[in-house]
This record gives sequence, structure tokens and C-alpha cells, in this order.
Amino acid sequence: MFVACGKPQPPKPRFARIAVASNFADPARALADEFRKTHDAVIEFTPGSTGKQYAQIINGAPFDAFLSADAARPERLESEGRGVAGSRFTYALGRLALWSTRADFVDPKGDVLRGSAFAHLAIAKPDLAPYGAAAQSALEHMQLWDDVQSRIVFGENISQTFQFVESGNAQIGFVAWSQIILRTGEARGSFWLVPSTMHPPIAQDAILLTDNAVAREFLDFLKTPAARSSIKKFGYDLPDESPDGQP
Amino acid sequence: MIRGHLRLSRGAFTLDAQFEIPPAGVTGLFGPSGCGKTTLLRAIAGLAPRATGTVQFGESHWQDSSRRIFVHPHERGVGLVFQHAALFPHMSVAENIRYAIQRRPPESGHPTLEEVVAIAGVGHLLDRAAPSLSGGERQRVAIARTLASTPRLLLLDEPVSALDLDSRSVLLPYLQQLCKSLSIPVLYVSHSAVEMGGLADNVLIMSAGRVHETIDKSAFESRHANKKS
Amino acid sequence: MVSPEDLNAIWITLRLALTTTTLLMLVGVPIAWWLARTRSRARIIIEAVVSMPLILPPTVLGFYLLFFLGPNGPLGGLVGEAFVFRFSGLVVASMIYSLPFVVQPLRDSFLTISSEAIDAAATLRAGPMDRFLTIVVPLARPGFLTAAVLGFAHTVGEFGVALMIGGSIPGRTRVISIAIYDHVESLSYGQAHVLSAGLVAFSFVTLLVVYAANHRFRAVTP
Repeated sequence: MFVACGKPQPPKPRFARIAVASNFADPARALADEFRKTHDAVIEFTPGSTGKQYAQIINGAPFDAFLSADAARPERLESEGRGVAGSRFTYALGRLALWSTRADFVDPKGDVLRGSAFAHLAIAKPDLAPYGAAAQSALEHMQLWDDVQSRIVFGENISQTFQFVESGNAQIGFVAWSQIILRTGEARGSFWLVPSTMHPPIAQDAILLTDNAVAREFLDFLKTPAARSSIKKFGYDLPDESPDGQP
Repeated sequence: MIRGHLRLSRGAFTLDAQFEIPPAGVTGLFGPSGCGKTTLLRAIAGLAPRATGTVQFGESHWQDSSRRIFVHPHERGVGLVFQHAALFPHMSVAENIRYAIQRRPPESGHPTLEEVVAIAGVGHLLDRAAPSLSGGERQRVAIARTLASTPRLLLLDEPVSALDLDSRSVLLPYLQQLCKSLSIPVLYVSHSAVEMGGLADNVLIMSAGRVHETIDKSAFESRHANKKS
Repeated sequence: MVSPEDLNAIWITLRLALTTTTLLMLVGVPIAWWLARTRSRARIIIEAVVSMPLILPPTVLGFYLLFFLGPNGPLGGLVGEAFVFRFSGLVVASMIYSLPFVVQPLRDSFLTISSEAIDAAATLRAGPMDRFLTIVVPLARPGFLTAAVLGFAHTVGEFGVALMIGGSIPGRTRVISIAIYDHVESLSYGQAHVLSAGLVAFSFVTLLVVYAANHRFRAVTP
């Protein structure tokens, strides 16, 4: 009876490939571990810069879903008809922070920006990174954008910006709050968590790219209260959505 | 009088030569290939900075390692005719000779370009590029150039060894006549007894890095009478 | 067709390449000369050090420079102030990055010059600088030209180091390669194409010049 077929094969694991923005890579993996406790599936994450991932996707890269660092790229994909209709949603809101590795350098109101205590202020490039655009907004809100112009150094992305500050070459910089939590543990140095009213929301959107069931389930999982609370612990805010994901 | 004692170690070879050269006339430096003749010659010119010991030119100390004295080659006024002429490839014959004239001490107005050109017989080669000359022509230009620098001592490093037999037979008598006509001391290096016999007043015999003896012309000739070149 | 910011980037890049090349020729000639003439055993070590930028990724170079010059580095940031995020820092970084492209052609050229010609010049009363200028330099001309052109072109194309240590400041450290990168990142492919095509054409013409000049030199001096 079994002669022709050989050993019976175990069922293939349910599998999805997801592109994720570098700054969300660690939270995504942690959430996937939680996800696996209740779902039988394997998710492979590919972290990277959102710009490049977008280019890869439109050129046919085999991702089943995309967790972007911004809202613009997923919006483009949606309007180009490349994502699954109606699947796009905001999974996290980034928080901006002004940070220095030196303790007692940044005060809780950001007044250090008004003085000349710093030689260099690092921000991500506003036209390339949402955190950079947010930093510019915040500075304009404080009417300091012109004053600090001559002392700004630009990071290509939020990671490089963080690097400039961490190495001490830029005395202060606008980085992601989630980076501070992740990278400095006990929150080394001093920081000012910028009120989100001072800049447009740093919306990080997700979108489903293929009909992959695992990917769909994971995106749904991100909307659950448990996942949202984890996301919050990683240093993000949450969009005002009801728990079942309806806007 | 030019005298000295020079030592140099290079791998398996060791130079350890004591020498005395009279202030006039032609002195030969004779020995088999590899005995250190060229090395000694270069060291006398100051072109072997790793050599230690002494070199004295008359009253001047050109080198005294124990007192850390070393006069650089460009300050010694030593003329050296290389085995392969060593002409400057990017210059014409005239420019090669003028190079020497431009750098000699300002008091010496002689010899002029025309004079050395006549002495060396290279007037017809003046505009030629150095690399386009034959071996014999190159040596003549080298001689002209060296003489144009008004050296105090003339060193010749096997000047005809690299030439073919015809060129050699033309150049050798010329060299003999030239050396005898000079008022400065001449040190002539060769491994050929025939060359040496016709040229040198005294000969330093060298082998294995040492100068063994100094003999005069007639002693040299009788020693090598039955030998071919 | 080319925005003012990009024109600015082109100007900074050219200034950077010119400054770097000039300084590298001044520094590289003595190094190359020593490498060509010395018999010291230290030569292989220096050769390896000089060649390292050939294989080190530029971003690694930039990253370590950032750390080395920063306040947490061994110099305690004292020197860093004058270099990080400044044009002078790009110059230093570019000099390290393009060093082998200048030193190696020079050294190779010096190696082809016969010692005898130089010795002959010495016996004709030419001092060391005289010998160098009248004998070595004319005979090493292809090497000088190749070194200058390669050093220049290599610096024009530099990206990784400028990225890490420059801070991309418009008018100061934002060079062409970063401008192209930014255009690609922000999906302005048209502008990226224009700048890239310009760079490619420039590189090609540069190399043509080098090869043509060397070819002519070889024909003149056998």
C-alpha cells in the first residue's frame, strides 16, 4: 500500500515573509514570538530601509506584507493597486525625542535648544524620514528652525541620526523614542519627549501585499489589545482605533 | 694622494679594501668579475652610503665613519663613467652635457661645450635623443658629460666591457690617449689584462673584496704577458 | 535641469577632490619615493597599510573615523571639533580613502627609473632635490599624471565615508554621491539620472585622458 509513496511528509509549516522597517524590527520579532503561541505559523522578517523596501516591492520582491516606517509608502502601494484592498492601517505612531548622551544636558522642556550650549544638532533628513520631518515641525513650532540651521547635521535616516548623537559628535539630536528605550536600557543620558502636538503624527502603516493567510492573521494580531500594549512598551503611541481594527 | 679603507657587507660578499691612488696618472683596479671592483669604485664616489671606513682626498676627509663624517657624492667633485653610460633618457646629447656644465663650480669656464664635444668626438650627435645612440656613442657622450663637470678625480667603471668588439677596438685607443692627457688622477676598473696593460701606470690587484697588492705597469705586463684578454 | 542644491553639491565635490588630490600628491610623493628606494624591512608593513583603503569598505572607514575623532574616542574630541561634520573632515577622510590610488602609481613609476641615472646626476654635482626635480620627476611623469587623475576621480565618487562623517550639510559636506542617494531615496529618479549620467561621463573622460597621456609618453621615450 505504501510502496509507491514512500514516507508520508509532515504538513508544510504555514509561512509568511514580511518586510519591516529597521526601527521596528526588534518589536516585530518579539510580537511574532507572542503570535506563535496561539498561531501555528512561521514568519520571516526582512528589516531594511523603507525607501529601499518600497523599491523592491514594486519590482516584484516576494513579500507578503510590509510594515513601513511611514504612511506615504503604503499609501502609494495602495493607490498603485499593489496591496490587498482595504488592508492598510496604522500599526504604531512614532514618538519624537530630543536626546543627549550627557546626563543633565537636555531639560524636560527642550529649552536647551534655545541656547548655544550645543555645537551640533542632529536630525534625520526631513524629505527622507518622517522623524526628520517631525523634528523640523517641532523646531518650527518652537520658532527655532532658523536659529539652529547653521548647527544642524543631517542623518540619512533615523539610525544614522542616532549614531551621530550616540558617538557624541552631535551633542544633541532628534531621535525616535523607541530607539532610546531599546538601545539605552536605563535611558542613559538626558532627553525630552516631544509632545506629539508639536508635529504631524509619525504614522507607521502596514499593508498586506498577497493573499497569504499567515500574513493576514499577523496583521490582525497587531490590532489586538495585547499586541498594542506591547507596541506601547516599545516606545510607540497607538492610533485611536477600536480594538477590532475599524477606523 | 687618494687613500682609504672601506668595508661593506652585502649578503655573502664582504668588501674590505685598503687603497692608495697617486694624485696623477692612471691607476688601474684589476680583478675577476665579482671581486668588488665596482663596489669599491662606487664607495669612493660616495654612492654606497652603507660602506664604512675612511676615504681621504688629499687633505679633505670625504668619509670617516668613526667621526661620522660623510661628504655627499654631489659635493665631492668625482666624475664617474658608468659601464652602461647612464645617460639621461629624457634629454638630448647636448642637454646631457649641459646638465654637467650648469652644475660645476662657477669659477670654471672651461671646458666649454664645444671643447668637450671636440675631445669626445660627439659633435655630430648633439641633437640626438640619448636612448637612440649605439653603445660606443653613448660612452663617448658619457665621457664628454663627465669631463664637462670638471671633476677632481675620474673614475671609469669597465667603460668598454658592455660594448661589442668593433666598438671596443675603436674606443679603447681613444680612452688610452684621453687618460694620459688628463691632469687629474684616473681610476680605471677592468677585468681585462689587455685593456689594463695599455692604460695603467699602477695597478691595484683585487680579489674577494680585498686589495692584495699594488704593482707598476711593467710588473703587470710581464705577469700577464702570455695571457689573452 | 539641475537644481541649485545639486549645483552646490557638484561644486563641493570638485573642491573636495581638488584639495584632497593636491594634499595627497604632497604627502604621497615622499611616501612613494621611500617605498621605491628603501631596503628596510618596514617596507612591506607600510605597503600593506597604504593599500588597506583599497579593501576596507568606505563605510567602515567612516564609522571608525567618526568614533576615533569623537568625544568618546582616544583623542577625547579635542581634535574632532575641527573635523567632524566639516569640510576639513571630508578632506582627511578622502585622503585616507584615496591614498593607495595616489601612492601606488607614483611608486610604480619611481621603480622604473634607473638608479644609475640618479647616481650619475649626483656625480655631476646635483643635490637631492635637484636630482628629484630634474631627473626623477620628468621620467616619472606618467606616474604623476595617473596618480593625480585617479586620486581626483576616486574622491569625486566617494560616498560611504562622506556619508558617515559628513552630516550631509548643504553647502559644506553634501557631495554629489549623497545627492544622488537622496534623490533615489525620495524617488526623484529624474534628478538622480542627471547627476549619475554626469558622473559616469566624467569618469570615462578622466580615464581616457590618463590612458591617452600615458600612451603618448611611451611613444616618446622608449
